[in-house]
Amino acid sequence: MCDSIIQVEVTIPTQTKYLNLIGSIGEHIAKELDDFSGDREALAYNLNLVLTEATINAIKHGTLTDPDDTVRITITIQENELNIKVYDHGQGFDLESVPLPDLDNPKEGGLGIFFIRTLMDSVTYTRQGDCNVLEIVKYLSR
Amino acid sequence: MNLNLEKTNGCTVLFINEERIDAHNSGELKEAVLHLIEQGEINIIVQLERVRFIDSSGLGALLSGYKNAAARSGKLALANMQQQVLSMFELTRLNRVFDIYADLNEAFDSEA
Repeated sequence: MCDSIIQVEVTIPTQTKYLNLIGSIGEHIAKELDDFSGDREALAYNLNLVLTEATINAIKHGTLTDPDDTVRITITIQENELNIKVYDHGQGFDLESVPLPDLDNPKEGGLGIFFIRTLMDSVTYTRQGDCNVLEIVKYLSR
Repeated sequence: MNLNLEKTNGCTVLFINEERIDAHNSGELKEAVLHLIEQGEINIIVQLERVRFIDSSGLGALLSGYKNAAARSGKLALANMQQQVLSMFELTRLNRVFDIYADLNEAFDSEA
């Protein structure tokens, strides 16, 4: 068991061109994890996807009127817990009220939160000071 | 977004020359497909060989194309999908909506 801690913190302008950067960080972390016994390629894709979806969510919910607004993302891995926090400065939304998509009658939107919920182990969205925080946890098999 | 068009066997093949379809470029993809359909190109095969990542907005752009083509009695099908991209279609059950072909030859044979 490797107890080393990985901590990454990135702050980006609220622009979609940075999605690739954020997703790629997750992908690289998955590929370099010590002692991970699961499907590494799948984890890499899923972290890329979840970080992309969480970041675009924060960009959309951010203060769109402020060109200097930013989104802060932290990724922490300690023991078998991978923790992602995405901070936005917008009005926030009620995560619990986001409905499950009707997969038998697919629509264009509404899959972002579905991916996060389906691929990760827990998701919460809370107000902390002047920020909203989307916190995502994934337990890694060792 | 880097896209190429080829007309083959009565179909319009749209090659996506990007590794990634996400919220940064999916709007452009959606517009490009809609533009084709408005020009009467209603039988479209999207060739995804280069694409190694797609997010929810990318799936939405393809679904939009599918629905717009179907509304004009056409069809939008997909070909040459990488396994992990296919997994996203399976997770959302969109593999039941789209016709997904291993390659263009299979697509042409089926669409003929």
